[in-house]
Order: sequence, then structure tokens, then C-alpha cells
Amino acid sequence: MIEAMSPRLILLVPEMILFAGAVLVAVLGLSRNHAIRSSLPFVTCAVLIASIAAVGATWSAENAQAAQLLLPMVGRFVKPLLAGIGVWLVLLSVGAVDRRLEESVARGRMAFDPQRVVQGEYYAFFLLSLMGAMLLCNANDLIWLFLAIELVSLPTYIMVAVGGTGARNHEAGVKYFFLGAMSTAVFLYGFALIYGSTGSLEFAAIRDALAVQSAGSGIDTLATIGLVLSILGLCFKITAVPMHFYAPDVYEGAPTHVTAFLSFVPKVAGFTALILILTCVGWSGHSLIAADGVRVTYQGLPTSIAAILWMIAILTMTLGNIGALLQTSIKRMLAYSSIAHSGYLILGLIAGAQGGIEALYFYLVAYGVMTTAAFAALCALERKGEELNSFDDLTGLRVRHPVMAWMLALSAASLVGMPPFIGFFGKIYLFIAAFEADQFGLVLAAVLNSAVSALYYLRLALVPLVSPPAARSEEVTATPSRWPQVTAVVLGVGTIVISAGAGILVEAARCAIQRTPVVTTSAQSESTPVDPAAP
Amino acid sequence: MLMIWISILFPVLAACVVALGSAKSARLTALVGTSVSLAALAIFAWNFPAWNTAEHFPSVSGPAWIPAAGITLSVGFDTVSLLLALLTAFLMPLCILGSFTAITQRSKEYYGWFLLLGSSIILAFAARDAILFYIGYEFTLVPMTLIIAIYGGTERRVAALKMFLYTFLGSMFMLASLLYVAWELRITSGAWNFDIDSLIDASVRLPAANQYWLFAALMVGFAVKVPLFPLHTWLPLAHDQAPTAGSVILASAMLKLGTYGNYRFALPMAPAGGAELMTVVAVLAIIAILYGSLICWVQTDAKKLVAYSSVAHLGLCMLGLFALNPMGAEGAVFYMVNHGLSTGALFFCIGMFYERYHTKDTDVLGGLAKRMPIWACFMVLFTLASIGLPGLNGFIGEFLCLGGAFTAEHDGQSGYPGVLGPWYAIVAGLGLIFSAMYLLILLGKLVWGPLREPHDGATHHPHVSGVPSLSPDLCFREIAILTPIAIACIWLGIQPKPMLDAIAPCAARMLTHYPQEVRRHLEHTSAPELTTTTSVNDHERATNE
Repeated sequence: MIEAMSPRLILLVPEMILFAGAVLVAVLGLSRNHAIRSSLPFVTCAVLIASIAAVGATWSAENAQAAQLLLPMVGRFVKPLLAGIGVWLVLLSVGAVDRRLEESVARGRMAFDPQRVVQGEYYAFFLLSLMGAMLLCNANDLIWLFLAIELVSLPTYIMVAVGGTGARNHEAGVKYFFLGAMSTAVFLYGFALIYGSTGSLEFAAIRDALAVQSAGSGIDTLATIGLVLSILGLCFKITAVPMHFYAPDVYEGAPTHVTAFLSFVPKVAGFTALILILTCVGWSGHSLIAADGVRVTYQGLPTSIAAILWMIAILTMTLGNIGALLQTSIKRMLAYSSIAHSGYLILGLIAGAQGGIEALYFYLVAYGVMTTAAFAALCALERKGEELNSFDDLTGLRVRHPVMAWMLALSAASLVGMPPFIGFFGKIYLFIAAFEADQFGLVLAAVLNSAVSALYYLRLALVPLVSPPAARSEEVTATPSRWPQVTAVVLGVGTIVISAGAGILVEAARCAIQRTPVVTTSAQSESTPVDPAAP
Repeated sequence: MLMIWISILFPVLAACVVALGSAKSARLTALVGTSVSLAALAIFAWNFPAWNTAEHFPSVSGPAWIPAAGITLSVGFDTVSLLLALLTAFLMPLCILGSFTAITQRSKEYYGWFLLLGSSIILAFAARDAILFYIGYEFTLVPMTLIIAIYGGTERRVAALKMFLYTFLGSMFMLASLLYVAWELRITSGAWNFDIDSLIDASVRLPAANQYWLFAALMVGFAVKVPLFPLHTWLPLAHDQAPTAGSVILASAMLKLGTYGNYRFALPMAPAGGAELMTVVAVLAIIAILYGSLICWVQTDAKKLVAYSSVAHLGLCMLGLFALNPMGAEGAVFYMVNHGLSTGALFFCIGMFYERYHTKDTDVLGGLAKRMPIWACFMVLFTLASIGLPGLNGFIGEFLCLGGAFTAEHDGQSGYPGVLGPWYAIVAGLGLIFSAMYLLILLGKLVWGPLREPHDGATHHPHVSGVPSLSPDLCFREIAILTPIAIACIWLGIQPKPMLDAIAPCAARMLTHYPQEVRRHLEHTSAPELTTTTSVNDHERATNE
């Protein structure tokens, strides 16, 4: 037992670092010393970089093998990805949390009150949520999966509510919490039904039980319903239809730096969870020996699951793009754009072992970079102390804030899939995978959707660059901290620079989904493109 | 291959330096842009004899970029793509020279975008990997949209938006079809590969029904760019609103991407589909010729007139391509280059008087030969070249395109049967008569006749501060822009043979599968009850298996 435990514990070192970091920043946040409080984001960054280093140091093929994980190498890719984008998500929030309070304290209008500051808690929850997403990669049973995905979500409910200043944040937080709880109930019920059908909570045992079932009369109804409910519940995390409806309200109501977090971290976690669950029913592509000695070969997913994913993909991308067309608020537009991108990503789930998962992870890297760049540019600007929300705020932005205007344009070009930006290669790769899985119809739907998306992304690029400034946009100023701007520039330029190394990233993603752990040289360098500034 | 990449990437690098640099003077930036584009042109001119081969030069494929998807960095030229790339490189310095006085604000950005635009067009022509082609083809939209949307006329945003959306939607169909062909290649060869020649080899083996849809989808993508009736509506607006140099490069180089796409992709990839649909395309091309010409007839805006004449002329070019015989194909390629020269020059001429009078309305302006005699000489020369006066470059291309259509009969000569024939050529020929009429009417109004100038004419116009006032007639810079184009027009008109000879093997290669497919199509339509739905290639496939 101990022999089985210790490699698993070694693999959890990055999470332990994050946990220690969370405790540290929560305590430091109560310090009376202003300098210590304002260094919190950088401490958080240091913790994240340390966890990237820990992944590199601990994730060996032997450990992953010994830990008996379903997808032993996935954490080798996903954890650095989460922490790498996480660093920039921290930097774009510098100076935004507790801003009013800190200003009042600095001006001496009120005394420092440890009970009222939330910055320490904010960054602690930030790290805990990332820790949950990382833990997910190590899941090998449903309970672990459930706890990890809840650990992703619970801190985000609080981050939405306390990260900003307004009453809208509280409203968004409450809305997010209740709907999130409902989705949790749905997938928990699904997990229970899977347990009821297969008699086990462990992925390996579930996989074998389902293999036996499908070798006989097919996967039984109970397990199918369980799987469908799990997928639907997890659709909440990835903002896919039919659980997407909260996204525009919550994304708009949350402070922008939290919206950036919401549009990336829960999505990575949700897709990783879906991949783990779907790996139990399909995709293996190699033979499994069932209890009666019959060799069963899986190809792809069971028809019912594939059909549901197919519908979800089409509806998600279409509703996302049509919804985004109609928005006047940038954050709502980006929320719908995030929904649409989930639709594209589900193509990867359907294509599965035919290169779909690696395409999905590659696209998640691209999506993380480009969408965070757009949010960072929004975080870097404000109008009369309020965050930007309407397209009217952006008209003629280039006159006063040329760099941010260009970064918005770069991220919009990447999001629409304009070559040679990273979003284009992400899409090409997803389409190739969908072809491999014989899903030409889905490719056609995604292609048409990309054409529709050009309408609103073009607006995001042209309004700041081309329109003449209006009275309203004259009042837009840069936020006091430089870090959101730095983030926007690094990631905005990254959308084009990373394209040059797309081949390396694709290889890294391919290694991540190996069933048998193989450490190759290209896997070593994967964190470099994700996180250009990390040492 | 390295030299080709240098000629593409050097202007990109220069564009970044120019756009991000801190040069205060707009003139200095413009001069840097001119010299960079001249350097790129020099690379092309220097290497032209070596690169000019019927087969692709170089014959090796480039290094892998994304091995998992089979995307490589292969670039190379055959004669056709080299000529079009050379045309682009030739016009770039002229366009930048032509923007010295027209662009007064945000000039650093402007020259940066222009250099990027040139590089991305040349990349599309040079690409031997379908994804690289798509990158070049699609990225041209970004600088062009911004050049129109920032530096254009009063309706610039609508024009830019319309151009972007039309072309983007079209190229999405094209991308899907290219991916589909790559997938078919993947099935047969076992690996993803986007090498254009391999894609063509794979797609000609497809069943006829698949080729039909493949051709239709590729055609939608390229027809938007050509532009072919009825997908042309973005073009007149874009031309009207674009700054002069933007119009020049749009008409001369960017539209050629559409016809080049037909030459490189649609026609060779889906011969069965091409044979099936050639009548449709030819009829649309003839409608474009007549419709464009008739609109030109009633057009009083000189720039819109030239834009619609582009629609008509490119219709003729498409008719030549879809005659599907060597005469038509050679004529079409020759015409691509010559349309680039003469229409580009016409846009320059119009831009030059627009800069002086701030109007393009031929009802307000007239008799400019009295005020601008040098300009009038050039204007007459380029208009005649555009009409197709024998002895100038336009004539050869028009004649060959029409001749190709004329001889494309069922029992066609030289082993290339076709479905067009004398009637198609005669109706299309009507368009040429129209084109002579409307262009001569334009000349009559604008150049000859009594002098008519708007009230705030050249001498009285209050110039914006910082803009050097222009001399009444062309200055040295403007003559330097038009002279090289004029020399090229005359030289190609007198001496077309070397170029036609060089084009011939490329045209023949494009048409490799056509005689067979067209014959099959003709048998199929004349005696439908006797033939089955399998194509000749299906039989080949069956025997191979």
C-alpha cells in the first residue's frame, strides 16, 4: 500500500506547493504593512512558478506508471498550462482587488482593518481553485474527480463576489453559486448512476465493467443515463449548451479579472474531467481483455454518447456565435465567444483518440493565451474608476491607448482564427482531428460558425483601431498598475509568436495523452511557449 | 528557397521596424518603405531567370513546421506564380511612392501595413503548401481592411467590413475543401500532407460527384476574390473607398489571387467538377462582362467606372480560363498580368487628378488635357491598353481569351474539346465593344473637351497644413511611378512571345486531365441513358485496387 501511495504523493507536490502558497498569502494578506499586502500577487506568481518547476521535477514516467492513473501523462501538460496561464491571470489582477479600501487606507481616511481586506483571501482562493484543477489530473476515481472539480468551483463563487467592488459582483456571485450547485447535483447524480451500474468508483474498474457490458448487449441504460447526466453537469464548467445560460450574466457581473479566470480555469478543468470520464467508455483504440477472456476493441464513443456530444457541439457553437452577434457589452460578447469556443473544443472530444484530445489541449493553450490577452487589455483600462463594459468605451481607443487597442485587435484576430495567429492553428488541428473521426459535418458547421464569428470579432478589432474617439471614450484612462498592460502585451504578442512553435506544442499535447507514459525531449520544453516569461 | 523566404520576410521585418520605429518624418518612413520594397523587387529581378521554370523551382520541399499536421514551409515558383509575384513586387514600390502626398496621417502604420500586404500576397503566390497559401491568401485581408477602414473615403468602414466578410466567408469554404482533399490524401497515403501537387494527385482520383462539390466549394471561395458575378458587389465599394495605392494593389495583385486560385487549385484539383460546371462559370463570366460594361456606361464616378471595368475584364479572364484549352488558359494568365498593369496604372492616374481636385465626378471635371498634358498622355495610353488596342499589352490577352472561347467546341482543335464556342465568344466580344465605348467616353469627358474644373480647383484649394501643394501637372515622382508601367505595357504589347512561351507548359499542366474529363462529360450529357455515373477515374481506381 505504501509503495502504491508514495508515487502518488510525489505527483501531488505541485498541489502541495499551491496549498502552502494559499495559506501563506491568506496570512500575509492580513499584514498591517502595505508593502507586504501589495506584494501578494507577486508571491502568488512565485508560488505558481514553483509549482511549474515541481511538475517538471516530479512527473517522471515511473511515478506516473506507479500511480495507476488512467491518463498518466496528462498532468505533465495540463498542470504547467494551468500555472503558466495562471501567472498572467494573477498579473492582470494586480491592483484591482481591494482597490477602494487600499486607497482609503493610503489616504488615511480609515484605519487598516484586517476584517475588511479580502486581497489575501482572494489570492488564496485563486491558488486553491488552480489546485483543484491540478488535482483533477491525478484523479483515478469518481470521488476524487468530484472533490477536485468542486475545489475548482467553490473558490470561484467567492472570487466573483469579493474580487471587485460593486453590488453587481455579489449578484453575479450568488447566481453563479446557485446554478453551479445545481450542475453539481446533476453530475453527482450521474456519478451515482454510473456507480450503480458498474459497481465501482475507480476509473479502471468502471472501464472494464463498461467494456464487458458493451461486449454483451451494449452499455446498459443506467450507465448511459449516468454518463449523459455527468456530461450535462460538466457542461456547466465548460459553458456548453444546455448549461451555458449563466455565462453572459456571470461574466458581465463579475469583475473583469475574475471573468478572465472563469473563462479559462473551469474550462480546462471541465474538459479534463470530461476526457477522464469519456476515456472510461471509449477511445481506447487498443484491446481490453474482459472478464470472460473476450478481446474487446473500442473505437470512438458509444453511439448515444457521441450523438449527444454532437448535438451539444453544434448548438453550443451556433448559439454562442449568434448570441455574441447581438451584444453591446464587451464582456457579454466575450462570454458568448467563450461559449462558441467550447463548441469548437467539443469537436476534439468527439474525435477522441483520433488526435482529438491533443487537438483539444492544443486549442486550450491557444484559447487561454488569446482570451486572456483580450481580458488583460480590458483590465488595463477604466472609465471614471469603473471597468469598461460597452463597445462605446472603446471607440477610437488607439488615440489615447494605442498599445491596448492593438492588443485587443491581435487577440480578436487570433480568436476569429485569422492566420498566422495561434487560433488559426488551433482550429486547423481540431478540424484535422474531426476529419480523422469522420465528422465532416461538424467541420462544416464549425467553418460556417467561424465565418459568423468574424462579424463580431471584427468589431472588437475595428472599433478601437478605426473609429474616431467619442466623448465617452475620451474619459477612458489606464488603471494605476502597469501589470495588466504588461500581461496584455506579452499574451497579445504571444498569439503570433507561439504560432512559430506550434509544432512543439502539438507534440507536447500528443505526449500528454499517451496511455503508456513516455517522456520525450519535446515534452520537456512544453512550458516554455506557454509561459514565455517564466525562467 | 532561402532567397524566396528572404524576399517575403525582409519586408515583414521592415514593416515592424517602420511601424514601431520612432521616425518623426512621414517622408522618411515612406522612403524607407520604398527602398525596402525596391530591394524585394531587386531579389525577384535578379533571380528571375533562375526561378523561371515550367516546373516548380526549387523542386525540394521545405522544412516541416507542424509535423503532426504535415504542414511545411515549402515555397517555390512556376512561371505563372513567378510572374504574378513579380507583378506584385513591381507594383509595391510604385504604390508606396504613390502614397507620399495622399497619406498625411498615421503614415508609419500605413507603410507598415503596405509592406505586410505585399509580403502576404507574394507568400500566397509562392506557397507550395496549401496551408501556407491559405495563410498568405487570408492574411491579405487584415492589412487591406485596415488600409481601407483607416485611410479610405467617407464610407470606408462599410466598404472595409463588406470586403472582409465576403472574402472571409468565401475563404472558409475554400479552407474546408482544402482540408477535405488533404483528408482524402491522408486516407490513401497514411499521413497528413498539404503539399499542393500531392493534393492535386489525390483529388483527381476522387469520384466525380465528390469532385463536383469540391469544385463548387473552391469556386465559391475564389469567385468572391476574382470577383465573379454575382459575388462582386464588395469590389466597387472597396475600390471607391480605398486610397489610391490601396485600389492599385487591390485590383492588380489581390484580385489575381482569385484567378490564380482557379489556376492553381480549383481547375487542376477537380477536373470532373470543372468539366461539369464550366458552362455555369462561363455564363457567369459573360454576365459579368456585359453587366460590368453596362454599369460602366452610366457611371459618372471615374474610380467606380474603372472598378466595374475590372469586374468585366476579370470576367473575360475567367472565360479564357474556362475555355479549358491552351489558347484560353495562356491568354487568361497573360491577361492577369496585363490587367494588373493597365488597371493599376488607371487607378494611379485617377488618384493623381483626385489629389488635385478632390472629386472623381466626370460631370464636374473635364478637358484636363489643357491643365495636365503629361497626365493626359499617360491616361490615354493606359486607357487604350485597357481597351485592348493592338500593339499594347491588353490586346494579346483579350484576343487569346476570346480565341480560346471561340475554339472551345465539342470537336475542339488540338485535342481540347470544350462546351463553349463561337456564340460565347461573340457575346463576350460585345462586352469588348462596350468597354471601348465607355472608356473612350471617359477619355472624351475627362481628357478632351472644354476645360471644366470645380470651383476650388488645384490652385485655389486650401491645403491641409503639412501637405505639400501639388504642381498643376504631374511632378517628377508621379512620372516616375507611371513610366515603368507604361514601358511594361508597350513592351509586352510588342514582345509577348517570350512570356507566352514560358506560360504554355504551365497552362498545359493545368489542363492535363481536361480533354478526357470534358469528353466524358459531353458523352454523358448527349447520351445520358448509355453512361453510368462512374468517372473514368473510378475505373482506374477499380483496376488499381
